[in-house]
Amino acid sequence: MSPKSVQKIAKVFIWGGGAITVAVLLGIILYVLIQGLPSVNMEFLITPPKGGLSGEGGISTATVGTLYLLGITLAILLIPGIGAGIYLAEYARDNRPTRMVRYAVETLAGVPSIVFGLFGFALFVTALHFNFSILSGALTLVCLLLPTLIRTTEEAIRAVPRSYREASLAMGASKWQTIRHVVLPAAMPGIVTGIILCAGRIVEETACLYVTMGGSAAMPTSLLKGGRTLSLHLYYLAMDTNAFDKAMGTGAVLIIIIIIINAVTNLLSQRFQAKMRGG
Amino acid sequence: MDPKMQTRHLDFYYGENQVLKRVSLNMKERQITAMIGPSGCGKSTLLRVLNRMNEVIPDTRLQGEVLLDGNDIYASGVDVVEVRKRVGMVFQQPNPFPKTIYENIVFGPKMLGRRDKAYLNETVERSLRAAALWDEIKDDLSKSGLALSGGQQQRLCIARALAIEPEVILMDEPCSALDPVSTLKIEELMQELKKQYTIVIVTHNMQQAARVSDWAGFLLMGELVEYAETNEIFSRPQDKRTEDYITGRFG
Amino acid sequence: MPSHVVVDRTAKHVVLICASASFVILGAIFIFTMREGAPALQEIGLYNFLLGTEWRPGQEMFGILPMTVGSILVTLGSMVLAIPIGLACAILLAEVASFRVRRLLRPAVELLVGIPSVVYGLVGMLLIVPAVREIGGSGFSILAASLVLTAMVLPTIISISEDSLRAVPKGYKEAALAMGATQWQMIWHVQVPAARSGIMAGIVLGMGRAIGETMAMIMVIGNSPIIPTSPLSQGRTLTGNIAVEIMYASGIHRSALFSTGVILFLIILVLNTVATFALRRGLKAHHVA
Repeated sequence: MSPKSVQKIAKVFIWGGGAITVAVLLGIILYVLIQGLPSVNMEFLITPPKGGLSGEGGISTATVGTLYLLGITLAILLIPGIGAGIYLAEYARDNRPTRMVRYAVETLAGVPSIVFGLFGFALFVTALHFNFSILSGALTLVCLLLPTLIRTTEEAIRAVPRSYREASLAMGASKWQTIRHVVLPAAMPGIVTGIILCAGRIVEETACLYVTMGGSAAMPTSLLKGGRTLSLHLYYLAMDTNAFDKAMGTGAVLIIIIIIINAVTNLLSQRFQAKMRGG
Repeated sequence: MDPKMQTRHLDFYYGENQVLKRVSLNMKERQITAMIGPSGCGKSTLLRVLNRMNEVIPDTRLQGEVLLDGNDIYASGVDVVEVRKRVGMVFQQPNPFPKTIYENIVFGPKMLGRRDKAYLNETVERSLRAAALWDEIKDDLSKSGLALSGGQQQRLCIARALAIEPEVILMDEPCSALDPVSTLKIEELMQELKKQYTIVIVTHNMQQAARVSDWAGFLLMGELVEYAETNEIFSRPQDKRTEDYITGRFG
Repeated sequence: MPSHVVVDRTAKHVVLICASASFVILGAIFIFTMREGAPALQEIGLYNFLLGTEWRPGQEMFGILPMTVGSILVTLGSMVLAIPIGLACAILLAEVASFRVRRLLRPAVELLVGIPSVVYGLVGMLLIVPAVREIGGSGFSILAASLVLTAMVLPTIISISEDSLRAVPKGYKEAALAMGATQWQMIWHVQVPAARSGIMAGIVLGMGRAIGETMAMIMVIGNSPIIPTSPLSQGRTLTGNIAVEIMYASGIHRSALFSTGVILFLIILVLNTVATFALRRGLKAHHVA
């Protein structure tokens, strides 16, 4: 075969790969939206689900559960995540402790959600007697998300030009003042992007919550009460009931949330990059 | 008159690599001292050593003394923040923070604990006037520092350095990123500033050194080859290597 | 001591403690799952646990071979399609596509990562499982699971391969093109080989994601703890084994599920180490060049 005809076949292969990827994405999104949106109305959004083996009801408690979990998880996650990012970007020397921390972050990032679930089940649910609760779920998620927030924070801080730090230090600002008043403000859009990324993961995550949150359909009234997120609710609907229309409705709500989160993340990171280029 | 700053038998290493070799230098008060030499000769390193900015870079080592008003700034117990407050620095690339012009200038005083509004406002005006920038931007203080032109940015950085009322100002090739008109403005500004401040400038532009400085030192591969009054060094260099460099027969 | 020195020192210690949290958590995960899993391993024996073909908690039979085989099969199955599609898409993004195409395609890839795994599972249940049923069997199968996983691992393979294709020094490309190579010859004979390590890392990390996936697998694989004999037969993954049974398990059964977690953890550890190694080698290769 002549190089020319190979080139033509290769083009089909390359563009085919892109087309299939887009087709898969659009296929999933459109299928879920078309099948799901008809079940989504005001009543669906504000009615609590019946729970158990019944597929009746809406998604109100699952929505509250998701928001509750989101708030608690981020509240616990922010300080250790951003703090560790600051350490790795600003303080860490290339020595043994640093390498151990980096190794731990990399490894944790790859550990499957269900293994975090097992851990949370053994430590928070059983050993610490938090039982199946929002708190157990949130603490498990904190462990799971820590590497994500650490990495995005570190990257955002590293993207801040060195000249900012030098200018600040040369004026007699201390290292922490420099970090607090120059580096962090400049890196903030990048860090916020990382936080939103974590928020997206909290909305998506199911496996580790399945074994730590209990899945009660009732309104979660305290940290130590069980609950379910939208993703968990979808799972229960699909597996324990035959209410596929409601499952699809929940799926449609989830997809819309994820699309919004992705759009915000993209917008922020574009802004951030433009700013770092001095725009 | 005693020199404002002095280095004595200064050795400096990056890892195993010695970049300054027994440099001894006096910098006179309210005069401009210029360091010239080819790239990599150690002149920027020497400048950074003068306000301990070298300590930002890991794995470096220093021997010898750096005296400010006769006291070693590397002596144990000396607060690095205090040193940098007295010895300010302006960098090669203008590096305003991505904050407003006002915030850029009050940054230093705020870090040093000054909070009262009246003082900060007065500092902004005083510093911008001293940096010959006040008339141009007094109505735009809430604009981003990054919105200024390159030359204005550099003068903003000078104003920012002046805001902490330093005694010495170090300038690391402050005009190398600027156009000729902006360069001229900075040079005029330096003549004004030297009435009040001691200035040390690093440049690889020999004409600039000749124009602005009172004293000049020629550094070559970490060694201070020659140091004298500027007109002396440019008209009657004592060392063959200095002569080669300033007449352009060299690197 | 000046107050800023105290603040500085305190801040440094606080962020250091934050940083060590990851290490503590990793250690705690390992210790907790090991400690909970140890009784089962002692009772059953490592050999019977790893190579036993029967998982019948009622009869105290705990062999995880069916699940290990299940996990490996769905992972390899997903790679069959995901590697060529992912590589093609990565080449498109890194080399061929115009700026405008890239601006559409890249968010699409990012969005694929964001879709919750239960949504993948649900779409699999309602679209792929019935389609597989047309071929034969119940439809809940290794094949259905592999197809669902394909979509889920694509973004990992695409983004890491794209990064490493981009990291190939421009000089290589220009040299090849200047010698009269077609664009495809340049890509296939110069760029892809130069990015080989990074592409391998992407594939290995994709495999890690596939092995770790839980909910979507439970929803489409049928969950029978048997060794699958064909792509159409049901199966169960290591992850699914844990999730399906942990809520009601007790005693040695519960411990055996933790042991399953330990095995999963070790598999991921190996895969991640391989990927990290490949990525480092990729970086080094370009530094030499």
